[in-house]
Amino acid sequence: MAFEGLAERLQGTIQRIKGKGKVSEADVKEMMRDVRRALIEADVNLKVVKDFVKVVSERAVGVDVMKSLTPGQQVIKIVKEELTVLMGGEQSPIQFAKKPPTVIMMVGLQGAGKTTTTGKLANILRKKYNRNPLLVAADIYRPAAIQQLQTIGKQLSLPVFSLGTDVSPVEIVRQALEQSKVDHNDVVIIDTAGRLHIDEKLMQELKDIRALKEPDEVFLVVDAMTGQDAVNVAQSFDETVGITGVVLTKLDGDTRGGAALSIRSIAQKPIKFVGMGEKMDALEPFHPERMASRILGMGDMMSLIEKAQANVDEEKAKELEEKFRTQSFTFDDFIDQMNQVKQMGPLEDIIKMLPGAGKIKGLENAKVDEKQMGRVEAIIYAMTPQEKTTPDIINSSRKKRIAKGSGTSIQDVNRLLKQFEDMKKMMKQMTNMQQKGKKKMKMPGLNSLFK
Amino acid sequence: MSFFKKIKEKLTGTSESVSVSEKFKDGLSKTRNQFTSKVNDLVAKYRKVDEDFFEELEDLLLQADVGFETVVELMDLLRFEVQRKNIKDTAGIQSVISEKLVEIYESGDNSSNELLVQDAGLTVILFVGVNGVGKTTTIGKLAHRLKGQGRKVMLAAGDTFRAGAIDQLQVWGDRVGVEVIKQSEGSDPAAVMYDAVRAAKNRGVDVLICDTAGRLQNKVNLMNELQKVHRVIEREVPGAPHEVLLALDATTGQNALIQAQSFKEATNVTGIVLTKLDGTAKGGIVLAIRNKLKIPVKFVGLGEKMDDLQPFDTDKYVYGLFADGLEQEDKNELN
Ligand SMILES: Nc1nc2c(ncn2[C@@H]2O[C@H](COP(=O)(O)OP(=O)(O)O)[C@@H](O)[C@H]2O)c(=O)[nH]1
Ligand SMILES: Nc1nc2c(ncn2[C@@H]2O[C@H](COP(=O)(O)OP(=O)(O)O)[C@@H](O)[C@H]2O)c(=O)[nH]1
Ligand SMILES: [Mg+2]
Ligand SMILES: [Mg+2]
Repeated sequence: MAFEGLAERLQGTIQRIKGKGKVSEADVKEMMRDVRRALIEADVNLKVVKDFVKVVSERAVGVDVMKSLTPGQQVIKIVKEELTVLMGGEQSPIQFAKKPPTVIMMVGLQGAGKTTTTGKLANILRKKYNRNPLLVAADIYRPAAIQQLQTIGKQLSLPVFSLGTDVSPVEIVRQALEQSKVDHNDVVIIDTAGRLHIDEKLMQELKDIRALKEPDEVFLVVDAMTGQDAVNVAQSFDETVGITGVVLTKLDGDTRGGAALSIRSIAQKPIKFVGMGEKMDALEPFHPERMASRILGMGDMMSLIEKAQANVDEEKAKELEEKFRTQSFTFDDFIDQMNQVKQMGPLEDIIKMLPGAGKIKGLENAKVDEKQMGRVEAIIYAMTPQEKTTPDIINSSRKKRIAKGSGTSIQDVNRLLKQFEDMKKMMKQMTNMQQKGKKKMKMPGLNSLFK
Repeated sequence: MSFFKKIKEKLTGTSESVSVSEKFKDGLSKTRNQFTSKVNDLVAKYRKVDEDFFEELEDLLLQADVGFETVVELMDLLRFEVQRKNIKDTAGIQSVISEKLVEIYESGDNSSNELLVQDAGLTVILFVGVNGVGKTTTIGKLAHRLKGQGRKVMLAAGDTFRAGAIDQLQVWGDRVGVEVIKQSEGSDPAAVMYDAVRAAKNRGVDVLICDTAGRLQNKVNLMNELQKVHRVIEREVPGAPHEVLLALDATTGQNALIQAQSFKEATNVTGIVLTKLDGTAKGGIVLAIRNKLKIPVKFVGLGEKMDDLQPFDTDKYVYGLFADGLEQEDKNELN
């Protein structure tokens, strides 16, 4: 059900223009349709997508294809590079005040994760920066918002300043700032109530809080699952209140997180942290390059492309595909494949890099058993040439011999034979699907989302 | 009378349903007023249905998070229909757009938008969803609504994980004036449900609404925990939970489809509450969710107050998805 990543989307076009020395305008146009769709499905704002596609097209047309890459890979590379640039440079640290206390304001829509992030941020400030933060409970609207922050404060053994729900947020913050001087808190983090960007009265409240003492950071907290509306939210908060940075929460989910790109290109403010869970230690610095890959849904596709390029030669790959299609794939080819894969490095790394692999349940913790691979090799080496090309002839007495010769059990031999059959079947289906897939791409039926 | 006119009349409202429609309308459009809509009707007549119009419509729907595939499907349907009926100007096409969107939404599935409450005996409603979407708030609102209908309502504080979650539900319980069954933070949610079901039976409660902790759908262990909660309710009350409502934040993009699918697999979701529709986001992905997964939207959340919950009205919703945008564009052209 998950949406296809860019690499998968581009398959059709890539196949077609493979082997060309230059990428033509028509090729680019076709690929850009896929880029557009992939970005929209990743929740990048439509206007941002349009601008982006324009920039990439200009760069991609007529580009000389690097020797080591196919034109398709070349375009993916350009897309990824542009995206990474748009995402901004590496994480910028928190701005601290020259004269304490440093004031950090947390703002955003309801339920985005402000209160949770307030706690996480305080935790980092204390642990990594050796600061002594004060948390301010300025959300007087949401039921039990103050208790929530107090509970978090207790968990972290950090002070929480609150005056209940009957005092105005502006007054709460004013007094909190006073208190911080008395208690020598060098950082004050203000947890404000969630509000809609179109709620003028509540937006004014943020301006009033802001006016008390110029904050060193105003963090807009945004849910990573946000769709097209992210631009409106970011723009409104930036224009009315003024933000200095963004925290993207709930990135531990399986969303592509295109909102990150929308916000970056609209508000031009750095994404400083990402929320990776509900616990107090689940706040990480932002990595633009990782985010770019994620939005494109391609794991570390680029490094995979590079690795594969270095090791697999094109001719052989084509030959192999043909063998799959005609079902003439043998155990010799199997061994060949295994060796090629081995040259590419530790299997776990490769699996992680595969687009879509992250979405397969259980695979995130998959450990490829290198020992098991050794066993498979031994079994295949114990086969006669005839057995390798026509495994159908392997009857029980042959199985016994192979097991003995390879130092494995009959069950091991059976398992491999079954795996081999399954794999052949699957490969056949996949090569068939690829051909059908091309047609589907032009006329997307509603069902193609369901896989 | 055209479909479009009918909707418009519904929206501008006859006196008896004014407050309900007004609310809904407000949620979907902050800018609409009588004057502009009159102006727009006028302008609409001068607009041609051409490729530019289609492109504009496509953009509007994509920006309402309707999703690529659904939009493409709609465009195909529309182009066909426009040709068949020989539609020339936009005044005629708005009704067709609405019709086709409803068609895609319902896709031959006639499951109801209504909340299923038993005539006799205990009805159990379970709320599920990712973090911060509005489960607890919606429970408060729904309790208020059901109580207003003369039902005896009880709440179960099944979010034992998030800081302050139990207190939050208790505040809502106090506001509405219904009992909240709870244990301490960190206790087993399935045990809370067990307690709550027992208490509900003992006290002759009509509707028990169960809160759960927010969880992202890719967290396998948390989804298992939710299934356990579901099983306990199922075991204690035959046929329960009668409704499993997935709270969806209208600001959520395409991931909502994956949310709906995963929660449906885990707990057999029967309906959706589309929250935070009082913002500028429209939650258009619910079209694809209903189309693919057959889960209807039952309520929409339009604010943080007790009565900011309205039953879902397909026609109004669908109209709001694109009409505001078109009117907006028209206004710009006029200036
Ligand atoms: N999985 C996950 N949940 C988060 C993250 N950040 C916040 N949450 C959850 O999102 C919900 C809303 O967070 P909260 O801090 O109350 O949001 P606020 O309304 O903006 O203050 C809570 O259930 C949090 O536990 C995150 O990075 N990952
Ligand atoms: N504007 C608006 N805010 C809402 C709506 N529903 C919930 N909220 C707010 O969203 C935030 C998270 O809601 P909550 O019920 O705690 O979410 P939960 O984590 O799913 O239980 C709170 O600040 C609510 O007041 C709605 O329909 N409109
Ligand atoms: Mg909060
Ligand atoms: Mg809750």
